[in-house]
Amino acid sequence: MFAKPVACAAFLIVSGLAPLHAQEVVAPSAVSFTDMGGIETSLTGTPGDVAAGAELMNKGSGNCIACHKVTALSDLPFHGEIGPPLDGVATRWDEAQLRGIVANAKKTFPGTIMPAFYHTGPYVRPGDAFTGDAAKGDVAPLLSAQDVENVVAYLMTLDTYPE
Amino acid sequence: MARGFRSGGAAALALVLAAPLAGADEVIDDELVINGEIPIVTQAPAPEHVEAFSVIRSGWTFRSPETQAMEMDDFDNPAILGVEAARDDFDASLGANGESCASCHESPEDLAGVRAVYPKWDDAAGEVQTIEMQVNECVTERMGAEAWPYDASRMVNMSALMSFVSRGEIVNVAIDGPAAETWQQGKDMYYTRYGQLELSCANCHEDNYDNMIRADHLSQGMVNGFPTYRLKNTKLNSVHNRFKGCIRDTMAQTFSPGSPEFVALELYVASRGNGLSVEGPAVRN
Repeated sequence: MFAKPVACAAFLIVSGLAPLHAQEVVAPSAVSFTDMGGIETSLTGTPGDVAAGAELMNKGSGNCIACHKVTALSDLPFHGEIGPPLDGVATRWDEAQLRGIVANAKKTFPGTIMPAFYHTGPYVRPGDAFTGDAAKGDVAPLLSAQDVENVVAYLMTLDTYPE
Repeated sequence: MARGFRSGGAAALALVLAAPLAGADEVIDDELVINGEIPIVTQAPAPEHVEAFSVIRSGWTFRSPETQAMEMDDFDNPAILGVEAARDDFDASLGANGESCASCHESPEDLAGVRAVYPKWDDAAGEVQTIEMQVNECVTERMGAEAWPYDASRMVNMSALMSFVSRGEIVNVAIDGPAAETWQQGKDMYYTRYGQLELSCANCHEDNYDNMIRADHLSQGMVNGFPTYRLKNTKLNSVHNRFKGCIRDTMAQTFSPGSPEFVALELYVASRGNGLSVEGPAVRN
């Protein structure tokens, strides 16, 4: 009885995020990096959502502040010290470079500890998320293409150094 | 002043936590003496084979004063309950042969110093053995009993007792001779970037020790305090159980406690702590 209306609602939500005429999403394996490790064009053609990006800074597979301090998010506890603070990051890098760093920072900084968030391997002993078991089939990227765009959109707002 | 503290609350907290330990290779002031009578070496010159460090530090030096204090008196250390349980097992006749640990080793204290040199090459077995493997050799071959599961609480308790009677002894694991191949295997694992997060042991515990990763203060990943009572899961944890969790958290297919891979990794990681005291059973977060 309930299955059909729920499915319809889900369809509406999905279609609301990705218009039918949007460009095709660039697959992780098809991403084109510049020599400097940037990605010139949007992975989805849909502008990034700053608020959704801010959420990912703290939660889910983003959790950027686990390693990076962001003064604008100082209401959230426990910012890490592994990577550089992201204050003013949009003055240091342009959008293409930020997209490349989020998608696969190793293209910009060879050997960096930073995980590649839009990448599907090959990995050494890929697991099934955090279960410790072997991956079941192909591994999905840590962030979706639109997640990457959303995070980049948020990072582009970090264009000043707080006092 | 007050305003600055408020706006940078989380960072300020991180600074407070890290402040007494600031400076990567700086000698710290903390001193650990258990029960007021067992001095513990918690920092020492790095062994030659650990090129990245000049000073090695026990995980104890990275913990909060409250957690540190729990290890300074056995009445405050919950791991001691496991030690006491293992003492009962030590004296109990366990298998078909009517023998106990005490049949050969009069008291656990007779085995003082053993932990400090494990894992260790065993000629008869033709392999590197951990304390747990040695215990199981006694349980099965001497006593005629069923092997204890590698990571069962009974085994972790016995391992804790073996650490307990060696507390204060200096870790001195052999890495050459017949152990060299296994040691190299462990070293290779230490620098392998596992899982979807592509993290090696070294990424966190060599390159980033003393840094905060979210709310965790990264240590050098020393194992001289194992088995370790963790406040996180309120039980004694074996070294291999900790390895298993770390590799799982890289989003990898992890290895099993007792696996040859973890034996090799334990040998290598233990050798990085050559010069620190045996400190287990320790208390960590």
